Amino acid sequence: MEKNLETVFQDKVDQEIKIEPKDWMPEKYRQTLIRQISQHAHSEIVGMLPEGNWITRAPSLRRKAILIAKVQDEAGHGLYLYSAAETLGISRDEMYDQLHTGKAKYSSIFNYPTLTWADIGAIGWLVDGAAILNQIPLCRTSFGPYARAMVRVCKEESFHQRQGFELLLTLSKGTEAQKQMCQDAIDRWWWPSLMMFGPNDDASPHTAQSMKWKIKRFSNDELRQKFIDMIAEQVKVLNMRLPDANLKWNEERKHYDFGKINWEEFWQVVGGNGPCNKQRLDARKKAWADGAWVREAATAYAKKKASLNPSKGGTSETV
Amino acid sequence: MNKSINISTDQLINYLLHLADNSLIMGHRNSEWCGHGPILEQDIAISNIALDLIGQARNFYQYAAIPIKQSTNQPINLTTEDSLAYLRDTREYKNCLLVEQPNGDWAQTILKQFFFSTYQYYLYQQLQNNADDQLKAIAAKALKEVTYHVRWSSEWVIRLGDGTDESKKRLLRAFDELWMFTGELFEPASYELNMSTDFILMKEEWNKKVCSVFEEATIDVPVEKKWHQSGGKTGNHSEHLGLLLAEMQFMQRAYPNSEW
Ligand SMILES: [Fe+2]
Ligand SMILES: [Fe+2]
Repeated sequence: MEKNLETVFQDKVDQEIKIEPKDWMPEKYRQTLIRQISQHAHSEIVGMLPEGNWITRAPSLRRKAILIAKVQDEAGHGLYLYSAAETLGISRDEMYDQLHTGKAKYSSIFNYPTLTWADIGAIGWLVDGAAILNQIPLCRTSFGPYARAMVRVCKEESFHQRQGFELLLTLSKGTEAQKQMCQDAIDRWWWPSLMMFGPNDDASPHTAQSMKWKIKRFSNDELRQKFIDMIAEQVKVLNMRLPDANLKWNEERKHYDFGKINWEEFWQVVGGNGPCNKQRLDARKKAWADGAWVREAATAYAKKKASLNPSKGGTSETV
Repeated sequence: MNKSINISTDQLINYLLHLADNSLIMGHRNSEWCGHGPILEQDIAISNIALDLIGQARNFYQYAAIPIKQSTNQPINLTTEDSLAYLRDTREYKNCLLVEQPNGDWAQTILKQFFFSTYQYYLYQQLQNNADDQLKAIAAKALKEVTYHVRWSSEWVIRLGDGTDESKKRLLRAFDELWMFTGELFEPASYELNMSTDFILMKEEWNKKVCSVFEEATIDVPVEKKWHQSGGKTGNHSEHLGLLLAEMQFMQRAYPNSEW
């Protein structure tokens, strides 16, 4: 019987029919998706912190508004994704708990500090840029709610990338200090953004199964190469350079060759030893703990109202 | 411009700066919550309000820049929304004291928003009928946004007041922190006179709204008779504003004459 269900499931996946929450699915598929979607949601939420760091110091009112709107978009992405994960039978509170206890991960890129205003541009251009390449294939991922959430997310991410690039372009045409700020940010964000695609394919254990389930469509190395090829061209428009002496167009491969990635650093940051791991997690935990009484009050109030007016059925979700 | 009462250019400029400063400082404070809110949906809501208020500030600054340019004789005048926001110091800022107060906890933030948005609501309601076309248009657009801010913040005041003992206690503490800054809202500075706003009516309406929301929130507070702080409208601020500006204006001060 189990076998049969599994065949039906895989047939659907092979025919590109979306798997919906009520459909039968292998337990491992469910678990893998919960891990992947919640990790993605956490990345959106933690990702608000390094950029939020510059909201109060944005150098013009226009930039301030753009940045607030961007960080707010990321909160929205978190919401869509938490909702998608909830359809698999896990609650948002459980997912938060996994984040706060360190059981669930988020993208390591957000464990680097934003030191200057140019970092806001570099994040938009490189980090959102890398995120888009990772996420576009997910718009066709086999799990329906995830795929649909990603369609909305991707639209906004490409907007973020354009804004980030435009911010850097303005700096690149500005004063000497602005140009230096721009180059410095690119220097610091380039390598970490390459690591966003994950370890090399031969060191990436889950790839084969995920490909079969169509929750992954391209390998880490394929996507990374695509990113490098794209950015290596765009950086010319900025009149800046990428901090890699080995970056060179390879006519035979029709791709850019590039230098060695420092995987030691990558695993250190994943393992919790990045420059801001503790700070980011502490900020999330503090927001959650400081908000406990607010959530309790909202729930208590909603219950009172629901008991006074049962037909309306208020829940804390009306908040 | 077609004004029934003749107001001086100086007065108009100061008035516009006052309106802009109020919105900017309040919006800036709200934006401090971004990424740190108690509930993800509310993080988005308060950032939205921040965006609305910063948008209003930009409209007022842009409008103020026009008469400022006309009234100076320099051949090139570099007044922009950004020079007005980023290159004036504490004594030149004309926001009321309420908006520059620190956010405190969620109760304090909510109550500050409720007091301020309710004030803005009745003010803009009058300004949307102002003789100055530009002012009228900005107020009419902003009124739609502020209507939502009032609804959102009053719902939260009610929820906190009638939620748990803890939330009620915090709301009452917020009241003690903030009430003394509400009187200034209705004490017109010289540049607010002759702007065809009826402060007595505004105060009445504001009081009525506040009392009715407090009643629904089941909190009993002495809304009459209490000493009120004022001075913000004429540049006599609390110490908080200087620190806020130091942070907000950092880039423009550290890297002058740059395009961003
Ligand atoms: Fe995002
Ligand atoms: Fe983004």
